Amino acid sequence: MADRNRRAFLKAGTLAGVLTVAGCAGSALRQPRGHVVVVGGGYGGATAAKYLRMWSARGVEVTLVERSPHFVSCPMSNLVIGGSRSMADITLGYDRLQSHWGVRIVHDEVLAIDAAARSVRLAGGGDLRYDRLVLSPGIDFMWQEIPGLDNAGAQATILHAWKAGAQTVALRRQLEAMPDGGVFVLSVPRAPYRCPPGPYERASLVADYCKRHKPRSKVIVLDANDEIVSKKGLFAKAWAELYPGIIEYRPQSELRDVDVTTRTAHLDFDKVRADVLNVIPPQRAADIAARSGLQLINQRWVEIDWLSMESSNTPAVHVLGDAIFPAPTMPKSGHVANQQAKLAAAAILRLLAGEQPDPAPVLMNTCYSFVDSRNAIHVASVFQYDRNTGVVQPVAGAGGVSSARSELEGRIAAGWAQNIWADMLF
Amino acid sequence: MKRLSALVALTLLTSSLFAQAADPERARNLAATCANCHGTDGRPVAGSGIDPLAGIEKRHSLQKLADFKSGQRPGTIMPQIAKGYTDEQLELIAAYFAAQK
Repeated sequence: MADRNRRAFLKAGTLAGVLTVAGCAGSALRQPRGHVVVVGGGYGGATAAKYLRMWSARGVEVTLVERSPHFVSCPMSNLVIGGSRSMADITLGYDRLQSHWGVRIVHDEVLAIDAAARSVRLAGGGDLRYDRLVLSPGIDFMWQEIPGLDNAGAQATILHAWKAGAQTVALRRQLEAMPDGGVFVLSVPRAPYRCPPGPYERASLVADYCKRHKPRSKVIVLDANDEIVSKKGLFAKAWAELYPGIIEYRPQSELRDVDVTTRTAHLDFDKVRADVLNVIPPQRAADIAARSGLQLINQRWVEIDWLSMESSNTPAVHVLGDAIFPAPTMPKSGHVANQQAKLAAAAILRLLAGEQPDPAPVLMNTCYSFVDSRNAIHVASVFQYDRNTGVVQPVAGAGGVSSARSELEGRIAAGWAQNIWADMLF
Repeated sequence: MKRLSALVALTLLTSSLFAQAADPERARNLAATCANCHGTDGRPVAGSGIDPLAGIEKRHSLQKLADFKSGQRPGTIMPQIAKGYTDEQLELIAAYFAAQK
């Protein structure tokens, strides 16, 4: 939201504003009308597309641009790598967004945003005009930080599997082909990155597979961070109790380079040879955000207004999900992207109706992680908008982690996935 | 002093009326934060094992939320989440779901 709007809103908080607004409280809000283009059909974009249609009673036109024919979920994809779920379990279609909600789906890629003309350029040719743009593009990798991986050939061998899809299948195959007694090395980048507990969940599920099928194998976690970034106590306990002698955790072990032919990870003072080398590279907002002139923080993440998710410097462009600079302690998770999408949808419909967004938005996060194929743990938090900082702030005393891993939470995690997928796509 | 507290009461009443009257979408927006787990408008996928919220009597769900918030009712994640919402917000959420028939 522009500064002008923010001032107008603050003014509405004065007594005069209260009386004026209260005086016409009986009249209904004006109907939003217009065309919203949504770029990216992941947890953020798909949710935004559905809720814009649902909450406008199908009055606002929505076009979703997504390059993949199907949605493949990152959450639950570590279970595919571990072998307890299949790709079919984590793959869903966009059909119902189109047939039931009337979202126009365009399977294409956006090359550029012309914010002045309010249009996007498609790789397949042609432009799409918008009244409001939702950009939910996810992350791209900073390959230049790992020189040996900064080419397509190396990236086809040393996998990240940090965007679910073909890489998920390929990493599973590498793990299956690994001999008993092999070493699986997982490199974790410095935070912030997509899905803070994800690397530790992956280490757990790879170890679970090794324990059952290749018990002489090892999983070495090379973590650039000083300690486990999320659910530390719970992961440490699970590793000590379930995978003694299998998982070896090395903090402060930032990857500097990779020797692709020998599958060797180069650290500052050490080299670690792997049978399967899985590198989660450092990340930033996806290219389309970075090259569209959107204001970035630390040259990596898009700066947004927390009342509307609108870019701080590019009017009518609302950015969601992993690409943004998050609020304090807010993780880059699918759950959060879904919540931000609803905040943005509500705000966009208000703005299209010539009204101000909800001045007190609330967001919450839930992340489940599996520590074996059945037992899961969670972390949760709630965020309330704070007028003084202009940011959604974590509520002190709320949120927290599981008291212990359990099969109950494993079943709840599976239910979470079913329901959030339906909330965004059905 | 009496006049002051009457004024305070009036202000509180006005502001809570204002909060609801001026923002008819507030309850909807707050309830949408529950939908990730409990389904769009509180209707979870059949067989997902998560409690439905749609159509649940307001008094019933509000009591449950209050008990989660106070710690009287045990749970895995709901006690931690309920503590993040104000009582007014929980009331709006419970009323919204009760109205989803």
